[in-house]
Amino acid sequence: MTGEPEYLLEALHVAKVFGTLRANDDVTLKVKPGEIHALLGENGAGKSTLVKMIYGALQPTSGEFRWLGKPVHIPNPAAARKLGIGMVFQHFSLFEALTVAENIALAMPGDFDLAALSERISRVSKDYGLPLEPNAVVADLSVGERQRIEIVRCLLQEPRLLIMDEPTAVLTPQEADQLFRTLARLAREGCAVLYISHRLEEVKRICHNATILRHGKVVANVDPTLETAASLARLMVGGDIHIVKSARKHKIGDVRLRLDHLNLPPDGPFSVGLKDISLEVRAGEIIAIAGVAGNGQSELFDALSGERELARADMLLIDGTPSGKSGINERRDRGAAFVPEERLGHGAVPSFSLSDNVVLTRHSTDETLVKSGVVQKSGATEVSGRVSTSFDVRKAKPDPEARSLSGGNLQKFVIGRELDRKPGILVVNQPTWGVDAGASATIRQAIIDLARDGSAVLVISQDLDEIFEIADRIAVISRGELSEAHPASQMSAEKIGLLMAGAHEVKEARHAHIA
Amino acid sequence: MDMFYAVALTIMTAATPLLLAAVGELVVERSGVLNLGVEGMMIMGAVCGFGAAFYTGSTGIGLIASIAAGVSMSLLFGFLTLTLVSNQVATGLALTLLGLGLSGLIGEGFVGQPGVKLWSVAGIDPLIPGAILLTAAVSYFLFRSKAGLVIRAVGDSHVSAHSLGYNVIAVRYLCVMFGGACAGLAGGYLSLAYTPQWVENMTAGRGWIALALVVFASWLPWRAVVGAYLFGAISILSYTVQTFALGIPSQFLSSLPYLVTIIALVVISGNRAMMRANTPACLGKPFVPDR
Amino acid sequence: MRILLEKRSEASTLMAISSPFIALGLTVILGGLIFALRGFNPLEALYVYFIEPLTTVWSIEQLIVKATPLVLIGAGLSVCYLANVWNIGAEGQLTVGAIAGSAIPILFPAWQSPLTLMAMMLCGVLGGMAYGAIPGYLKNRFNANEILTSLMLVYVAQLFLDWLVRGPWRDPQGFNFPKSITFEGWQLLPTISGAIHLGCLFALIAVIVLAFVMGKTLKGFEIRVAGNAPRAGRFSGFSRTRMVMFCFLLSGGLAGLAGITEIASTVGQLQPQISPGYGFAAIIVAFLGRLNPIGVLFAGLLLALSYIGGEAVQISLGISDKIARVFQGILLFSILACDTLILYRIRFLPRHAAAAQPAE
Repeated sequence: MTGEPEYLLEALHVAKVFGTLRANDDVTLKVKPGEIHALLGENGAGKSTLVKMIYGALQPTSGEFRWLGKPVHIPNPAAARKLGIGMVFQHFSLFEALTVAENIALAMPGDFDLAALSERISRVSKDYGLPLEPNAVVADLSVGERQRIEIVRCLLQEPRLLIMDEPTAVLTPQEADQLFRTLARLAREGCAVLYISHRLEEVKRICHNATILRHGKVVANVDPTLETAASLARLMVGGDIHIVKSARKHKIGDVRLRLDHLNLPPDGPFSVGLKDISLEVRAGEIIAIAGVAGNGQSELFDALSGERELARADMLLIDGTPSGKSGINERRDRGAAFVPEERLGHGAVPSFSLSDNVVLTRHSTDETLVKSGVVQKSGATEVSGRVSTSFDVRKAKPDPEARSLSGGNLQKFVIGRELDRKPGILVVNQPTWGVDAGASATIRQAIIDLARDGSAVLVISQDLDEIFEIADRIAVISRGELSEAHPASQMSAEKIGLLMAGAHEVKEARHAHIA
Repeated sequence: MDMFYAVALTIMTAATPLLLAAVGELVVERSGVLNLGVEGMMIMGAVCGFGAAFYTGSTGIGLIASIAAGVSMSLLFGFLTLTLVSNQVATGLALTLLGLGLSGLIGEGFVGQPGVKLWSVAGIDPLIPGAILLTAAVSYFLFRSKAGLVIRAVGDSHVSAHSLGYNVIAVRYLCVMFGGACAGLAGGYLSLAYTPQWVENMTAGRGWIALALVVFASWLPWRAVVGAYLFGAISILSYTVQTFALGIPSQFLSSLPYLVTIIALVVISGNRAMMRANTPACLGKPFVPDR
Repeated sequence: MRILLEKRSEASTLMAISSPFIALGLTVILGGLIFALRGFNPLEALYVYFIEPLTTVWSIEQLIVKATPLVLIGAGLSVCYLANVWNIGAEGQLTVGAIAGSAIPILFPAWQSPLTLMAMMLCGVLGGMAYGAIPGYLKNRFNANEILTSLMLVYVAQLFLDWLVRGPWRDPQGFNFPKSITFEGWQLLPTISGAIHLGCLFALIAVIVLAFVMGKTLKGFEIRVAGNAPRAGRFSGFSRTRMVMFCFLLSGGLAGLAGITEIASTVGQLQPQISPGYGFAAIIVAFLGRLNPIGVLFAGLLLALSYIGGEAVQISLGISDKIARVFQGILLFSILACDTLILYRIRFLPRHAAAAQPAE
C-alpha cells in the first residue's frame, strides 16, 4: 500500500444486539483523518452503542472495525487508547475526590510521575485554550471545567481520533464556542473528531460530514453544510416531526407561586447555596429557568418542593399562603405538584409497582388512596390505569415495577401522576431529560395544556430548544442566583448564554448603566 | 520507671491488634467495600494461629495460618458481595457470626491448653513495630503509588474507574483479601502474643472497635495509629485502675473501651462536612458491570 | 469458568419464595459435609439434628419456646433492615429489657398480682426501647454509625448485668452465686400448654400485627420506601430521622419484651448469662424470613430447631453443640447468596468464552 489510507476508522456492517433489542443494525461509518464527523440521531437511535464499541467498552455482535485500513479487534478501552482513540463521555468518568492531575494520571500509561504530569497538564491545557489547575479537586470544579479535564486527558495521549458524546449539553453558548475553536484546531492538526449530537445548528456549523442513525440503522450520510436544520431533523426523526401546539395566547391571571428573597445555605461541601431569589409565577403562565447543570437547580427544586426547609415561611408563597416552613405534603395539599429530575430513586421507587408509586406522592392529597392509615390498593390501581391511558404509558403488564419501564414511558408516568391531580402549581425539573422525541412532545404538550387551564408552571431545564418551545418567560440561574424573568420573545440563545455565565455580572452591568 | 515501661508495653500490645485490623479494613473501605466481618476474620485468625502454633510449636507458622484463615474468610465475603453482589452489611454480619461459631467449634480442644508465645526483645515482639511499618507502607502505597491511586479511584467512583478500563471487581477482591490478611494476623497476635492461649470469643469486640477506628481515622492510615494507641491506652488504663481503685466496679471499667468507641464515633461523625469529604463515595455500594 | 450476572428487568417472585428453601438445602448439604469430615455418618447426624426433635411433643414444645424470643426480635429487626436501619444490638436491648423487667420482682419481691406481671412486661418493653433509642438518637443527632454504636452497647449492657447480679441485685440467700432471687407466682408467665407459655402468644401477636402494618398500612409503605429509595422517601414527605427512631424503638421494644419473657419463663431469675445469643441469631431469622413478619415466624422456628438439634447431636452423638452456631452462620451466608437470584440471572461462562468477552 502506498501513502496513508483514505480512512482512519471504518466500521463495516456492525451490529449489536442486547437481548431482543437490535441497538445497532448493519451500521457502516467511515471517518477520514482531520475531519469533524457528526454522528446524528435521536435518543435511543444507537449512537452511544456505536461509539462505545469503537472505544472498546462494548463488543459488536457482528461486523468489523478497520483502523488505517487494517481490521482491528478492540477488546477494551485501554486497547482503544493504544490505537489513538480518545473519548469524552457525556457522563464524565471523573473522580470527584481526586485532583485534576490524579484524574488524568489514571488514564495515562507508563510511569507514574505526578509532578511531571502536572506540568504537562498546565502547558497543554493553556495551549489549547482550556486552562486547568492540576492540583484542584474535581468536586470543586464547574461542569465546564470538568469537561476540560476529560478533553485534556484525551489530548495528552495525542489521539488520532477524538470521540465526543454530546459535549455542548452542559456548556454555556460561550463555553461551547471555545470548544468549537479547540476542535477546529485539532482537526487542522490532523486529528479526526467523531462528534455526537442532536443539536443540528452546531453540527451544521462545525462538522464536515454527518452520518445519521435512526432505530439503530444508518439512514443517511450527508455533508451537513449543504443541509438545512429542518432537512437534518427530518432524516433524524423520519418524517413525522412532532410539533407542540404553541399556547402563547392564553390568559395570564393572578400570582400563584411567589418566591420572595429566597435564601438557602449550601448543605455540604459540594452543594450550591441559593442567594436572594425572587420570582412570581402567574396563573396560565409557564416560566422556564435555564442554566448549566450544577448552578443550584436541584437545590432550588428541593427548596420549592419542601424537601429542604426554608428559614422563613414567607420566602415561598403558594396561592398567597406562606409555605416556606411547610413540608412537601402540606404544599401538595395547597395544590402544588412536583416532578424531580431523577426519575428512578427520587420521583419513583424503582422496585415498586406503578400503583405503589401513585401512593408515593399522592397519599396525603387523595382520600381514595389512604383510609384511616390503610392503603387502598384499588384506588391506587385506578389512578395508575388512568394515568397510563391518558399519557400512553407503554408497559408489558398491567402493574409493572417502575424500573422495568423505558425512560420515556416512566417520565410520562411520573408527570402524568402529578397532572392527573390537576395541580394549581407545577414545578418540574428537566421534564424531558433523556426522553425520546415522541414522549417529549407528549410531555411538553401536557405542560402547556395545564398552564392553559389556569395553573402556574415553573420548568427548570437545561434544554434551550425545550425552553423556547414552551416558556412564556425565561429566567436564568447561575451560581445560585436567579436573573430576572424576561418574556421569551425578548430572549435569544446568546442573551441566555451571557446570563448563564453570571447573572450577577449582567445585573451589575445594568445597574452601572442606569447609574 | 520499670512500672512506666511495663504500662507502655501493655499499651503497645493492646494497640497492635487493633492497628493491624484497622489498617487492613481501611484499605478495604478505600476501595469502596464495607466489610463488617472483621471480628469474624479476626477470631478465625486467632483460633487457626493458635492451633497451628500449638501443633507445630512454631509461632511463625501460627501467624501464617492466621493470615491464611483471614484471607479465606475474606474470600468468602468477596465471593458473596463482589461476585454475587449481596448486601455488604448483611454479609459482613454473616461473616462475623460464622467466624464466631466456627472458631468455637475448631477451638474446643484448645481451651485451657498452654499456648506458644511469640518471641520478643525486652517485651517488644516483632509485630509491634511491624504494625507501624505496615501503616507507613499502606500510607505510602495509597497516596504515592499508581496502584494506590487506582484503589482510591475505585472507591470514589466505580463507574468512572470501569469506563477507564479498570477491573473494579479484581481491585476490590485484592483489597478485601488484604483486609482479611490483616484481620487474621491481628487475631493471631491475640492468641500468640497478647494472651498466648485460646479463649472462646477472645476478640471481645476488637474487630468492631477496629471498624470504628477506621471511621475515627477518617480513612487516613496515620490517624489509625493514633486511634489504636489511644484505645490501647484506655483499655489498659481500665485494667490498671481495677487493681488500684477498689471503689469502682470492674465491670464499669471494662465497659470503658466500648463507651469510648461510641463517644469517639459521635465526636468524629458529628462533623458532617468532614465526614462527607473523606468517606469513600462508593462505600458499601454494589457494582455490577453492564455489558 | 466465570460467573456472570444478568440483571432481571423485575424481581423474580418465584426466586423470592424459593430462595430460603434453596438456602436451607445448601445448609443441609454443607452440614452433612461437616459431620462427615468429623467422622460421623452424615445422614444419621442430619436425622438427629433436623428431624428427631420434631418427633416428640416435648421437643416441639421446646422448639416453640425457643422460637419465641427469636421471632419477637426477628420481627422487629426485619422492619429495621427493610428500612435500611441497621440495629445489630438487639442482644443488648434484650439484656436491658430483662434487667428493667426484673427490677419489679427484685425491688418489690412481695408484690404478687396479675399487675406484677403486666408491670414487668411493660418495663421490659420500655427498657428495650430506651436502650434502642440511644443508637437511634446518636444516628439522628450526630450521624454516628448505628451498626457500631448499637453493637458496642451490647457489651456495655452485658457488663452492666454482670455487675448487677454480682453486686446489688445478688440474692443474699444465694450462696454467693451471681444470681438474683428466684421469681415465682405472678412474677412468672403462666403456661398455656406443657412448656408453652404466654410469651409465645406475644410472638404470634407481634407477627400478626406487623404483618398487617407492613402489608396494608401507610406506615408499612413508608418503611418500604425508606429502605428502597431514601430520596423518594423524602419526596414522599416521610421523615428519615423519625423513621430511624421508629425502627429502633420498635425493634428495641420487641427485643426488650423478648428479654423479660425469657426471664419470666425459662430462666426464672436474673443471672450473668440470660441468652445464648438470641439477639444475634435473630439477625439470621430476619433475613431468612425475607424481612417479612410471616416469614420470620417460620424462620424463627427453623433457628430454634438449629439450637435444639445442636443439643440433640451433643447428647446422642457427642458432637459439640457449637455446631449450631456454625449452621446458623452457613444458613445466613446461603440465604444471602441465594437472594442474588431474585434480582439477577446467573450465567456460567467457560474460561475461553470469558476471555473473548470484553474486559469492560
